[in-house]
Amino acid sequence: MTDDREHYEAVVVGCGPGGAAAAAVLADNGVETLVLERGTEAGSKNVSGGLIYAEESAPYTIDDLYPGFREQASERPITEYHIHNVAGNKVKSYDITDLHDHDTEWSDAVLRRKMDSWLERRVHERTRETGGGVVTGVHVDGLIQEDGEVKGVTCEELDPIEADLVVAADGVNSELAREANLMDWEEPEEWFQGVKAVVDLPEGAVEDRFGIGADEGAAHLFSGDLFEGVRGGGFVYTNEDTLSVGTVFHLDSLVAEEAEPHELLDALLTHPMLAEYFDGEYDELEYSAKLVPDSKKVAHTSPHRGRLVLVGDAAGQMQAQGPIIKGMNHAVTAGALAAEAFVESRARKSRKAEPTAGELYERKLHEEGVMGKLRPKRYEVAAALGERDAVTNLTDRVLESPVGRFGIKAADSLGIIESAYSSPFMSMLMPDTKTPYVTLPTVIGEALGDRVTGENTIEPPALDDRIGDLTYDVGDPHIELLDESYAASGAAVSACPVSAQDFGGGCYRSETVKTNGHEERVVSLDTQPCVECGTCAVVADTDWNHPAGNKGVEYKQG
Amino acid sequence: MYSVVLTKGVPDFREGVVSFDEDGHLERGETPTVMNPNDKHAARAALQTKVRHGGDVTLMSMGPPGYGDVLREGMEDVYGDDCVLLSDREMAAADTWATAITVATGIQKLDEQPDLVFAGFKTADGETGHTGPQAAWCMDWPILTHVISLDVDEDEGVVRAKRLVQGDVEEIETVEAELPAFVVTDPEFEPTYRRAEHRLLHKDLREETQARAEDHESVMTVWDHEDLNLDPDYIGLDGSPTIVGGVDPIPKAPSEREATDVDPTDSQGMEQVVEELTPYAGGD
Repeated sequence: MTDDREHYEAVVVGCGPGGAAAAAVLADNGVETLVLERGTEAGSKNVSGGLIYAEESAPYTIDDLYPGFREQASERPITEYHIHNVAGNKVKSYDITDLHDHDTEWSDAVLRRKMDSWLERRVHERTRETGGGVVTGVHVDGLIQEDGEVKGVTCEELDPIEADLVVAADGVNSELAREANLMDWEEPEEWFQGVKAVVDLPEGAVEDRFGIGADEGAAHLFSGDLFEGVRGGGFVYTNEDTLSVGTVFHLDSLVAEEAEPHELLDALLTHPMLAEYFDGEYDELEYSAKLVPDSKKVAHTSPHRGRLVLVGDAAGQMQAQGPIIKGMNHAVTAGALAAEAFVESRARKSRKAEPTAGELYERKLHEEGVMGKLRPKRYEVAAALGERDAVTNLTDRVLESPVGRFGIKAADSLGIIESAYSSPFMSMLMPDTKTPYVTLPTVIGEALGDRVTGENTIEPPALDDRIGDLTYDVGDPHIELLDESYAASGAAVSACPVSAQDFGGGCYRSETVKTNGHEERVVSLDTQPCVECGTCAVVADTDWNHPAGNKGVEYKQG
Repeated sequence: MYSVVLTKGVPDFREGVVSFDEDGHLERGETPTVMNPNDKHAARAALQTKVRHGGDVTLMSMGPPGYGDVLREGMEDVYGDDCVLLSDREMAAADTWATAITVATGIQKLDEQPDLVFAGFKTADGETGHTGPQAAWCMDWPILTHVISLDVDEDEGVVRAKRLVQGDVEEIETVEAELPAFVVTDPEFEPTYRRAEHRLLHKDLREETQARAEDHESVMTVWDHEDLNLDPDYIGLDGSPTIVGGVDPIPKAPSEREATDVDPTDSQGMEQVVEELTPYAGGD
C-alpha cells in the first residue's frame, strides 16, 4: 500500500499568507511542493480584520515574495491611524500614526477573498513548476503517523499523501496542530473572537467621509464603555470602496458577560461617532467571524514535531497587544522561515546530528525576532503584576476617582497620553484586564472627550438576515456536541457569533427539556449556519472538525 | 487509453432561452443549439480516463456545419484534444439507426481505434437513448449503460463500472467488460480523483482546453459520406426506418381559475360554498 502512496517533498496545508510564503520559498528552491486548500478558492474560508503589515525588521514580507501584491491583491495603504476613547456620547481621539509607522515599511487594508485568491494563482504557477501545485476543495483531516512519527497527511477527498515536510498553515482551527498535540482548545483566556461587517459605500465616499486621498487609507480603533464592559475594542478600516467594521473581544470576557458578539458589533455600528461614515445609508455586504489566538499566551515556542511545522494562526502567531494587531505578517515570516529551514536541513542531510528542519525553524523564529514580538518579555513581567484582580480593582478605582481624573487631565495636557498610546514599549506592557480596554478609555473619554453631535440612524441587519446573506454549501454536520448540558456547552449559545439567546435560527440553541417530572436546560446544535470560527470548540464540549472540502460557508469578502 | 465522446447538438431547452410558437411547437430558428447536456457526463468520464491513464480524447458529432460550435462547447466546457464532425446533406434527417451506422463508421475510420467510446444518456430532443446502443451493436462492442463510476484496469484490459439500475428498487450493479467497450454515462455519473497528481493534471488540462477550444477549427476534422464510404441509401432520411406518425403535445392544466372570496361570517355565502362542495364530498 505504501508503495502506491503519493509522495511530495513538501505538503503545505492551507493557501493563506503563511502557506503562500512557505510555498514561495520552497518552490524557489526547487522543492516539489503540493499545496492543499480546503475552500473552493483560497480566501473563501478566511477572515481577517484586516490590515497586513510589512515590517522593516522582518526578514520576509509578502510583496517581496509576491511582487505585485500591493497593486493587485490589497485595498488601501493605511496612512493614518487613530484611537478613540468612548464614554457615552463623549469621545477623546488620539492620532497614533506614529505607533502604526513604527517598524512599518507599509501596511495595507485587505479583504481576504481577493487577497488569498490572488495569492493562490501565483502559488499554483510557482509550485506547478516543481511538480506540485495547488489543489483546492481538499480537507486535510489528519496526519499519517507511523511508529509515532509524522509521515504525511490524510484527507477526506484524497488518498493519504506522504511528505518530507508538512507545513500546517491551516489556520486558527488547525486540525493538524491539535492532532500532533501541539495546540489545544481548552482555555478561553487564550483566545480573542472577532466579528466583522464589510459595508459597501458609494464611489468616492471613502475619500470624502474620511478626508483622505485616492491612494490613502485610514484605520480607527475604538475602546471604552460602548461594549457592555466586555474587554476588547472595535475598528474601522477603509478598503477601496468598502469599510471593514469589526469588534474583537477576549473570549473569556465574552463568556463571562454572556455578551452577544453581533450585538456588540451593532453597538459600534450604531454609535453616533460612525454616523458620518454611513451618512444614513447602510449596505452590509458580509458578516463574518474569526477566532484569534493570543500569541502572548499561545504562540508555540517550539512549533514543530518531526516533519510537521506549524505556521501562522496554527502556531498561535497572532500578535494583539493593545493597538498593535499583527498576524498575517508573522504568518508570512514564519512560513518563509520554515521553508528556509527545510531547504537548509535538506542540503546538509548527509551529516547526522544536524538539527532537523523543525529545530532550525524554531531557532530562526527566535533569531529573527519573531518570538520576541509574539511573546514579549516585557508583557510577561507586567502581566505577572498587572493581571491580578486586586491590582486591577485598585487601578480602576483610582482611575475612576477624582484623583485619577485629575491625573488623566494633567497627563493629557502634558501630551503623555498620546505619546503613551504611540509607544510600542507601552503597548507591549499592556495587561489583559479591564483597565486598558474599558476603564482607562472610559475615564479618558469622560474627562477629556468632546460630545459627538451626529445622529446615527442606520439599522444593521438582524442576525437571521446576516446568516441568510452568507453563501453556504451545506455538507454533513462537522461538529459533534459531546455534552449537551447547559453547564458544559451553554456558553456557546451567546458566544457563537451566529447564535443568540432566544434565537432559533443559529447553530446553538438553548432548550428546556422536561423528563420524569423535572426540567433540564440543555443545548442543541445545528451546524448549518456555522461560519467555522471555532469559538464553540473552546467554550463548549465538542468534537470539532472542519467541513469537507468545498463545503460549509463561502466568504466572498473575507 | 484513447477515448471518443459522442455528442449531439440539441435545442437549448433552458427556460428563458427556448422559444415555442403559439401551438407549442419548438421554434428551431429562434432557439440556440447547445451540446446535449447529458453528453457532458460522457465527456467527464472520458476526461477522467485521460487524467488517470493518459491518451487523447476525441469529440465526435453528426450534424450540420454549425455543430462545430457544439464541439467547441464540449471542448471548452469539459475537455477534448480534437474533434470530428460528420457532416453532409446525405446524412440529414437521420433516425437513430441511420445515425448509429454513420457514427460507428466514423469511429472505425479514425486512424487509431479507441479503447473506449462514451455517450450520454438520451438526448434532450429525441430522448430515445437508442443511438449509443445501436452504434455499439454496429461495432460489435460490449456496452455498459447507466454508468455512475468507472475504473479502467489497463493490465487486465477491462473496464469496471458501477451502474445505477432504477426500477421498483434502486440498485447499484457492478459490471465488467473487456476493452474496447462502449460506455453510456448516467446523469448521476461522478468522476473521482483521489490522487493530488490527478487533480493537478485535471487543472492543467482544463486550462489548456480553454485556449484550444477558441481555435477548435484547427483541430477539427470534417468527414462527409464519401470520406466514410457510406451509401446514401443507408444513411440520412433514406436510411431511416423510423416514421414519426405525429407529435401530440401533452395538454397542460389551465393556468387561470375563477375564485370568489367568501367571508366566513357571511352565512348566505357559506351556505352556497357548502352547496357547491357537496357533490365532491361523496354525501347525498
